[in-house]
Amino acid sequence: MNLSALTKPWEAMSYSFLDGSAKRELRRKILKSVAVPGCQMPYASREVPMARGWGTGGLQVTLTLAAPQKTLKVIDQGADDSVNAASIRRFIARVAGTQTTMDTLRADLIQSRHRIPEEVMREDQVLVLQVPNPEPLRPVQPNMSIARQMHADADYGRMWLQLYEQLVRSGRVMQGASYPSLVHGRHVMTPSPIPRWDVPKLHMAKHLTILSAGREKRIFAVPPFTRVEPLVFSDVPYKVEDHADLICSRSGTRGFFMNEIPLEDGSSSFEVSDSEWGVKTIQSNEGEAVTLGETWYKNGEMPK
Amino acid sequence: MSIVLDAPRLVMSRPVLEINNVSKSYGDVHALHDVSARAYPGEVLGIVGESGSGKSTLLRMLNLEETPDRGTYSLDLPEVEGNLFDLDRFARRMLCATRIGIVYQNPHLGLLMKHSSSGNVAERLLVAGERSFAVLREKAQTALDASEFPLGRMDAPPIELSGGMQQRVQLAKAIALEPALLLLDEPTTGLDVSVQALVLDTLKRLQQDREITMVIVSHDLGVIRTLADRVMVMRCGEVVEIGLVDQIFQDPQHPYTQQLVHAKL
Repeated sequence: MNLSALTKPWEAMSYSFLDGSAKRELRRKILKSVAVPGCQMPYASREVPMARGWGTGGLQVTLTLAAPQKTLKVIDQGADDSVNAASIRRFIARVAGTQTTMDTLRADLIQSRHRIPEEVMREDQVLVLQVPNPEPLRPVQPNMSIARQMHADADYGRMWLQLYEQLVRSGRVMQGASYPSLVHGRHVMTPSPIPRWDVPKLHMAKHLTILSAGREKRIFAVPPFTRVEPLVFSDVPYKVEDHADLICSRSGTRGFFMNEIPLEDGSSSFEVSDSEWGVKTIQSNEGEAVTLGETWYKNGEMPK
Repeated sequence: MSIVLDAPRLVMSRPVLEINNVSKSYGDVHALHDVSARAYPGEVLGIVGESGSGKSTLLRMLNLEETPDRGTYSLDLPEVEGNLFDLDRFARRMLCATRIGIVYQNPHLGLLMKHSSSGNVAERLLVAGERSFAVLREKAQTALDASEFPLGRMDAPPIELSGGMQQRVQLAKAIALEPALLLLDEPTTGLDVSVQALVLDTLKRLQQDREITMVIVSHDLGVIRTLADRVMVMRCGEVVEIGLVDQIFQDPQHPYTQQLVHAKL
C-alpha cells in the first residue's frame, strides 16, 4: 500500500474561487434580498484577490452565480474594455470557466460598475451592480443603528428633507448619481452610483438586479417587474441628464447617455458611455451583420 | 302667566390630557412617584419645581420619549385610545410627529441646525406624509408667520439665528400640524428679558388664537404666572400642590410652595 492508493488524485473541489459555504451563504442572502425587495441583507463578505472598494461585492455575487454554461459581460462605467472590467472578466472566466462577451444581448450575467446597458435586458438575464455605499440614509443619519430603525419604520422624512433643502438652496435637485429610490413602495435604496439616466431602467424591469457592497457587507435586490420610484415631490418632476440631443462623435448614435470629452479649445465632444452600443452602431453603419437590440430610451426619451 | 326659562345646558369638558399614578425610578432614585394630572381643552398647565423635582422627566413621558415603571397616559383624540405608554415605537413616533408638539430649552435638541428654518418646519409635515413642495413651502411659511418669525429669513439655518429666533423656529415646527398638545420645556431660559417677553407674547397669542392645550415647564415663576391657567408644583418627584395660578401665587398652601413663591418675591 502506498500513498497514492490511499488518496485520490487531485481535482478541483470547487470552482469560482469561493468555497462552497461562502457561495451557499451568498445564495441564501440573494434569495432573502429578492424576497424583500430593496432591503439590505448583511453577509459575510469574503476576501477576493482585489482591493475592497474595487467591486468585491459584485465579484462575489457574480462568482456565486457563475457557471461554465453561463456567458459573462463586465462593464466599468459603461466600458467593457477598461483595465478593471477586463481584469474582472478574465479572472471570472479563469476560475469559473464562464464564456465571456461584450454584447449585452448574448450575456446571461452582467456585472457592472455605475451603468446599466442601453439595450433592454431580458427575463433570463441577471444584472449585478457594484455598490460602494449601500445605505441611502447615511447622509442624513450617520448612526447606523438608528438608520436601521428608520428603515424598519419606513421613516424616510429626512430623505425628502434633503431634497427640500436642495430645492430651496439651488432651485433644483442636486443629487446626481445614487439617486434614492423607493423599491416596491416600501424600502428606500441607493441604486449604486448609476446616473439618474439609468434609474428609470430599473422600474418594472424584466431582469433581476442584485446590488452588492463587499466593503460594507450588504446585499439587496430588485426582482423582475418591481416598482422602483425615485423620490420626488408631487409637483417637482424627476429629471434625467439632458443628453437626449447629444451625438456620439465616434459612432454618430444619438439619444443615449454620453461621456463628455473636454477639448483644448474649451468646447466638448461626446462619446456614448455604453461602449459596446457604440461599437455595434459603428459596425452596423459599416454594413456588418450585427444585431442592435431594443433600447430603453427611444429618441432620448424613456417611454412611459 | 309664568315664563319658564331653560336652564343653561352644562357640558362637562373631557380632559385633553390625563396621566394617572405615573412612577419612574432610575436605580435607587425615584424620579416620579404617583404623579397624576389633567389638562383641559385650551388650558395651559404650568409645572414648577426645583432642579431634580421630576419636571423634565414628566415632560419626556408626555412626549412619549420614556416609559414609566407604572401609570397611564391618555389623550382625548379620535385616533388613539387606551394607555399611550402601551403603544409600540412606530405608533408613538407617528403620534408625536403629528399630534404632540414640543419646544425644548436647548434648540439643538429640537432643530437641525444646518438645515433651513423652513426645512425644519417642513420636516414635521414630511413625516406626516405631505409630498408637495409648494404646499410644504406654504405651510412652513404660515407656521413661521404665526410664530412671528421674519419671513425674509425663513431659509436661513437656525445656526445663524439668535436664541429667540431659534425658539420661534421650534415653535413654528411644533404648531405646523395643529397639535392637540404643545409641550414647552423652559422655552425662555437663556434668553434676555426683552426677547423673553416677545416669545411669551407669541405663546400667549397662539394660545388665545388656536386654543392649543399647553404644558409648560419652567423655573421662572414669572413665565408660569404670565402663561399658565393652572399650576402644578413638584418636589422630589411628587406633586405637592395643584391649583389655579392666582391661588398658587397668592395663597400657597404647602410649605414648599410658600417657600418657592416667597423666594421669587
